[in-house]
Amino acid sequence: MCRKHRENGVNWIMGKVMKPGVHIKGTKAGLLFLLNESRPFSTVLSELKSKLEDGSNLWDGPDTRVLIKLGKRQITRDEEKEMRRLFSSHKNLIIHSIETSNGRPYLVEDQGIQILTGTVRSGQILEHRGDLLLLGDVNPGGTVRSTGSIYVLGALRGLAHAGGEGDEEAIIAASSLYPTQLRIAGVVSRPPDEWGESGVTGMNFAYLVNGQIAVDKMHHLNRIRPEIEWKGNRFRS
Amino acid sequence: MGEAIVVTSGKGGVGKTTTSANIGTALALSGKKVCLLDTDIGLRNLDVLLGLENRIIYDLVDVTEQKCKIEQAWIKHKRCDTLYLLPAAQTKDKSAVDAKQLRWLTAELKERFDYVIIDCPAGIEMGFKNAVAGADRAIVVSSPENAAIRDADRVIGILEKERVPQPKLVVNRFRPQMVKEGGMLDVEEVISVLAVDLLGVVPDDEEVIRAGHQGEPIVFQSRNLAAKAYRNIARRIQGEVVPLLPLDPERKLFHRMKRWLGLA
Repeated sequence: MCRKHRENGVNWIMGKVMKPGVHIKGTKAGLLFLLNESRPFSTVLSELKSKLEDGSNLWDGPDTRVLIKLGKRQITRDEEKEMRRLFSSHKNLIIHSIETSNGRPYLVEDQGIQILTGTVRSGQILEHRGDLLLLGDVNPGGTVRSTGSIYVLGALRGLAHAGGEGDEEAIIAASSLYPTQLRIAGVVSRPPDEWGESGVTGMNFAYLVNGQIAVDKMHHLNRIRPEIEWKGNRFRS
Repeated sequence: MGEAIVVTSGKGGVGKTTTSANIGTALALSGKKVCLLDTDIGLRNLDVLLGLENRIIYDLVDVTEQKCKIEQAWIKHKRCDTLYLLPAAQTKDKSAVDAKQLRWLTAELKERFDYVIIDCPAGIEMGFKNAVAGADRAIVVSSPENAAIRDADRVIGILEKERVPQPKLVVNRFRPQMVKEGGMLDVEEVISVLAVDLLGVVPDDEEVIRAGHQGEPIVFQSRNLAAKAYRNIARRIQGEVVPLLPLDPERKLFHRMKRWLGLA
């Protein structure tokens, strides 16, 4: 029994049985790659990588159709690119389809900037994909997390995490920026004490520079992000 | 058909029970028929504050387990004819009742009273969930300190999720002198964080503790400032518009002096 499990690629970690992140099945239609939805996608990808690079000539042979099943998971365009790159190491593996189990599109659609209202109170978590404009306060103990930038029209007194999937270009802006903690991509920052209610006034934003989070006045944003600067009136002929 | 109002705070020791006792008494003094319902099973205090401890025969758990009728369990207050208390059990714990039973009990009480004031236990666990289950409205008590405000904020979030409409805030233990010295948050700051309507501000007063010690809610003392604050809260609950009490004695005097001189 145990041996059979191992053959199926079951990992034994800390005495807990983990299902394999990648399960491969041969079918008439082609090779079926079942990617476990309950593991982080990065883990699944690294497992896929090790399987594909598994030295043996298992993968060599005639052109084979590859069908990828993601379970209930939806992935981003970057994740898809990364996955396709892994398969591209074997020229004979041709990705034929990528599917989710519940019939939804496999790509997370970019939600663009979304506007939400309400107070994020202590113990509550607001999660979002893409950029987020929150019309309301984030109280101490509350958390706002997004994969893009976070803009708060209100007081940001809790925790904000922008660029949750590694986007280092993301910024956090708030009408009053008095957070308990700020995170951008993988960087965590605690506001220094001199930020106190009297110190920084007006609208501020936080951004990532040289691996550190810095805070600046809103009207300096165009120096840091010139690519989105407003230049002249686009609609005037 | 009456109204059930839960008094809650999240954090312990900010004055839930004192507030329940005083608001209930104030409502009763204004002629309403009020039942105070203590849901802090195992740690009941409301009976002590009201000075009714020695009259308890049956308790809340006896009622929910149908060992007695509701009419047998409630205790009429010795000084106020329209004030009743349904005490919690002291020998059981929070698991002795569930949300369904309390929903039934509050519904039964609402049939017989104008107001049912539910004193909620501290925390956000089962005892809290049970207490909130039957409530139509909620009063969140917070003292003006950061720890209490965090917990109040959390509780307001949960109340919103449990669909108890628009919790109202009572700022308790307020010390104008400390605010002036910068050692305490001002009422405005508390409201700006919690973003809920203010129901009243109760000043910190030794008399409140002394009154509780004697088993007589402070509201019975007509001249006390905290008692006035509680009575105003009771009036606001009944829909009256009452301006906030000037709590700062100095400012009051200064204001009066200005008025003498014709400046205000």
